[in-house]
Order: sequence, then structure tokens, then C-alpha cells
Amino acid sequence: MKNKKKSGIFTKLSFYGVLTLISLIMIVPLLWMINTSFKDSTKVFVFQFIPNPFKWENYLQVLESTPFHLFYFNSFYIAILVTAGTIFLGSLAGYAFAKLTFKGSSFLFLCLLSTMMIPVEVITIPLFLFMRDLGLINTHVPLIAIPILGPAGVFGVFVMRQFFLLVPKELEEAAKLDGCSYFRIYWNIMLPLAKPAVATLTIFTFLTSWNEFYEPLIYINSKELMTLPVALALFTDEVGTKWELLMSASVMATVPLLIVFFFAQKQFIEGVAMTGGK
Amino acid sequence: MESNVQTAKVLPTKGKKRRKKFIGSEAFYGYLFVSPMVIGFLLVMLFPLVYSIYMSLTDWQLLGDPNFIGSENYQRLVNDPDFWVVLKNTLIFAAGLVPINILMALLLALLLQKNLPGIGFFRTAIFIPVMTSIVVWSIIWKYMFGTEEGFINQILAVIGIDGPAWLYDPDLAMGAVIVVSALKNVGLNMVLFLAALQQVDKNLYEASYLDGANRLKQFTNVTLPMITPTVFLTLILTVIGSMKVFGQIYVMTNGGPGNTTKVLVYYIWENAFKLFDFGYASAIALVLFVIILFFTIIQWSARKRWVFHEE
Repeated sequence: MKNKKKSGIFTKLSFYGVLTLISLIMIVPLLWMINTSFKDSTKVFVFQFIPNPFKWENYLQVLESTPFHLFYFNSFYIAILVTAGTIFLGSLAGYAFAKLTFKGSSFLFLCLLSTMMIPVEVITIPLFLFMRDLGLINTHVPLIAIPILGPAGVFGVFVMRQFFLLVPKELEEAAKLDGCSYFRIYWNIMLPLAKPAVATLTIFTFLTSWNEFYEPLIYINSKELMTLPVALALFTDEVGTKWELLMSASVMATVPLLIVFFFAQKQFIEGVAMTGGK
Repeated sequence: MESNVQTAKVLPTKGKKRRKKFIGSEAFYGYLFVSPMVIGFLLVMLFPLVYSIYMSLTDWQLLGDPNFIGSENYQRLVNDPDFWVVLKNTLIFAAGLVPINILMALLLALLLQKNLPGIGFFRTAIFIPVMTSIVVWSIIWKYMFGTEEGFINQILAVIGIDGPAWLYDPDLAMGAVIVVSALKNVGLNMVLFLAALQQVDKNLYEASYLDGANRLKQFTNVTLPMITPTVFLTLILTVIGSMKVFGQIYVMTNGGPGNTTKVLVYYIWENAFKLFDFGYASAIALVLFVIILFFTIIQWSARKRWVFHEE
């Protein structure tokens, strides 16, 4: 009996030990980033729990030497548009695939689904040339249109269709009897019902767009049009080993969003679990 | 586009009277609602894919007219020592990342599935890197790996180890990138495994307990078989993801030192958007496509076999 209790404590200790160790590995880099962002340039490799001197001026220096507000704005509005487009077109098509009968619907759905196995990296070369012919290189159009219409958008269709399949038929039957048009049924009945799925998809799409690196790297040349990830990568080349500035820039790019998602993490985690992580 | 084709097929047999009926019918709205995504599929996915096959058969450069050169790019590929190094590096990356990621995610999911105090904190902590941009995550780790003075080497110095120059050592750079990538996404797979564990029927545990099974036996005889489909599908997704690795390589090593961390997507990007050798880059990109197609087919056939587990 006593032995059993002892092994219980031991199990618990090792349980918390392992979890604490792994959690530390995950969090310490981010804390180290915040810590360094306030350090003096001569102290970036010195352990200081509270940096001394405490250089919040690092942030000012980043803001003065780069158009950081533009990077922020670009990332933000592109992510908003991509999210809005994905939600609207994805739920519209998802509703049609789930609830409306029309010839070839399952064939079309399968076509869309099959694109999820085409890596964006593979089709980027022809897309780049099309965009060049259309004069859209070094604009935000490819960064907005391709995710909405490409695999990421198809993922949205898939998620929304799965949700609408679960909605009982009676609801729309009643609306049909009342003479509602199909768009009204979609807009007034289906979409409000789909709030949980929309919330999940919103977080997922916004975050993916916000963190997207490959496409902006290829399509954008001018500094003032860059999004945060590309600007940060470029900034790395520019300032080299001025780690305190790099960390200030990274904090500005990361922490506000992390705080927002900290509050929405339940939806996000549930969403990932529900959608199978793509 | 597709919707018009479909419409045209239906119309002639049904005549003019029916045409009025079709406008505004359920099918009409069906086509209307899916048309943006279907047009998108044709313009953004299907056409570019077919076009890249054509491009891979040309000597397409940034300027000048492309010439059809048949299989020349593919012959060049086979004889390009860099290509084989890059392919090998990509496989090494996957071979390192996938087991670390899957085993760690599985372990974490098993530890976190019970509702013990403090569990929420650990879940959040492990999930935070998933929400962080790969660029930021890589910049921080590049800094932590540093050279002699980096965070990691300072910690190693405390226990008396003289740390190496991680990212500048041809033998260690790839390992460092693998660990950083595994940590970034382990939370994602952990969540998937947690969801699968929660769906295991509790009665099965009870039944096996009554049969006298101990913890280990319960795990191997009940838990593992029940979550195998999820583990396998997650594994394939992780393999596919690791074939497409780019951001962390770009930020942390730029493919170096030497060629030791240069991977497929990096090589595609370099050939296409640095050297503007679009034809050759398309050929490499199609190799990537075939590799990913192969894993996707495995995934789909497995999903079919396990469909009874899913719904």
C-alpha cells in the first residue's frame, strides 16, 4: 500500500517534470526575445533578468529606421481581406455543396478537394508569370487573390461544407415555404448558424495569412509594400547582428497577435482538432 | 465557367419553357454559389499546374522567348549533383523531423489528456509556437544558437560543455534546423492526438481493466489501435509538410553552410526567383509535386480503409 502511494508521487513528479521542461523550451525563447528587445547593444549576450540599462529606445529606433507601421498595416489589411473573402466564398460554396442539389456537384467538389494536394510552391512559377503579364507584380493583389481562390480557400469550402451537412433540413424547408430565396436562406439562416465554424475558420485563415512568408517574398519588391514576415527576414539581412533591434521588431510583430489569440485559443485549438490540421 | 458548361448541357433537351424555370431554380443557385471557387480552381490551380508541365519542357528565362527543349531540363536534373544533394537534404530533414515531432506530440497528448491541475497552462505553452510566425521563431532561435556567446552555448558552458558554432557547422546545422522546426509544430499534432484520445470509448478501458490489463497493456491493446488512424494521417501530413520546408531554412541558414541545409523548395525558389531559370525550376517543382502526390495517395487510400473510425 505504502509502496503504491510512493510510486504515485513519483509518477506525478516526473509527469510535471517532463511537462515543465518542455513548456520551458517553448516559452523561454519568447521571453528571451522580449528580454533582449530592451537590452543595450553591448549586453545582448549577457544574462539580465531586467535589462540594465533598460533600453525601450530600441523600439523607437526600429520605428524610425524602417516603415514598420506600413508593414503592420499591409499584413493587417491583407489578412482581413483574405479572411473575409475566404469566409464569404467558402461558406457560399460550402452551403451549395452541402444543401443544394445540382448536377455534377460531387464531381466539382472532388475537383476542388484534389487541389489541396497541389503545393503552392509548385504552381507559383506559372502564377508569377501570369501576374507579371497582368502587371500585378509588386502589388498586393496576388497576396489576396491566390489564398482566397487557391488551396487555402478550398480548405474553407471543405470546413464550411462539413458544418452545413450537420444542419437539419427542416430549417431551410420552413424558410423555403416562406418564399425565401436561396441567397436569403444562406445569408439569414445558414451563415448565422455557422458561427462556430466561421469563428474557427476566421482565426485559422487570419493567422495563416498573417504568417505567410513564401508568396510575399516572391511577389513584393518594394519595401513599403512588404508584410511583416518578409520585412523581418529582410531586416535580418540589413542589421546583421544587432540582435536587440531584431528582437524589438520581432516583439512588435508577434506579441500583439499572441495576446489576441491567447484569448481565442480555445476556438483555435478546437478548430485545429475539428479540421484535422489541414 | 464550369457552371455554364453544365447549364448548356441541360438546356437543349428541356426547351425554352424550362429555361425560365432554370433561372432561379435550386440548381441555378447551386452553380452560381460554387462558381467563384470553381473559376478560382481553374485559374489558380489547374491551369498553372498544366502550364508548369509545359514550362518544364522549355528553356524559359526572365527575358527572351522560351524555346521548347523537350526533356532537356530533366536530363540536366538527373546530372545535377546539387539536385541530388538537395533531395537528400530534404529526406534527411523529413527523417529527422517526423519521428521527433510525432513521438513528442504523442507523449505530450498522453500526458495532457487527464484533467490534472495546471494542464491548461502546459497546453497553452506548448501551443504558443504554433501561433508564432515561422520567421520570428527562426530569428529567435538563430540568435539563441548564436556562436560562442549564444544563449544555448552559455547554458552548456554552465555544465562545462564548450558549445559548437551550431549553424555554421556542416554536421550540426541541419540537426539544429530540425529541432527548431519540430518544436514549432509539435503543439499542432499534439492537439490532433488529444482529440483522437478523447474519442476513445471509455467503456473499452473499463472492459480491459476487468480483464485484468495493466496500464501498459491498456495502452498497447486499447489506446494505440484506436488512435492509429489519426496517428498515421498526422504522420503523412507531417511528412508532406516537411517536404515543403522553406522559411526556417531561409532565415536560419540560407541553405548553408555549403549546401548542407539546402532543401527542395529553397532550390526551386533559388532557381526560379534568384537565377530566373523558370524552365529548370519548373522541372524541380514537378519532382516535388510527384513526391507529395505519392504521399497524398497513401493518405487517401488509408483514409478510405479507416473510414469507419472517423465518423
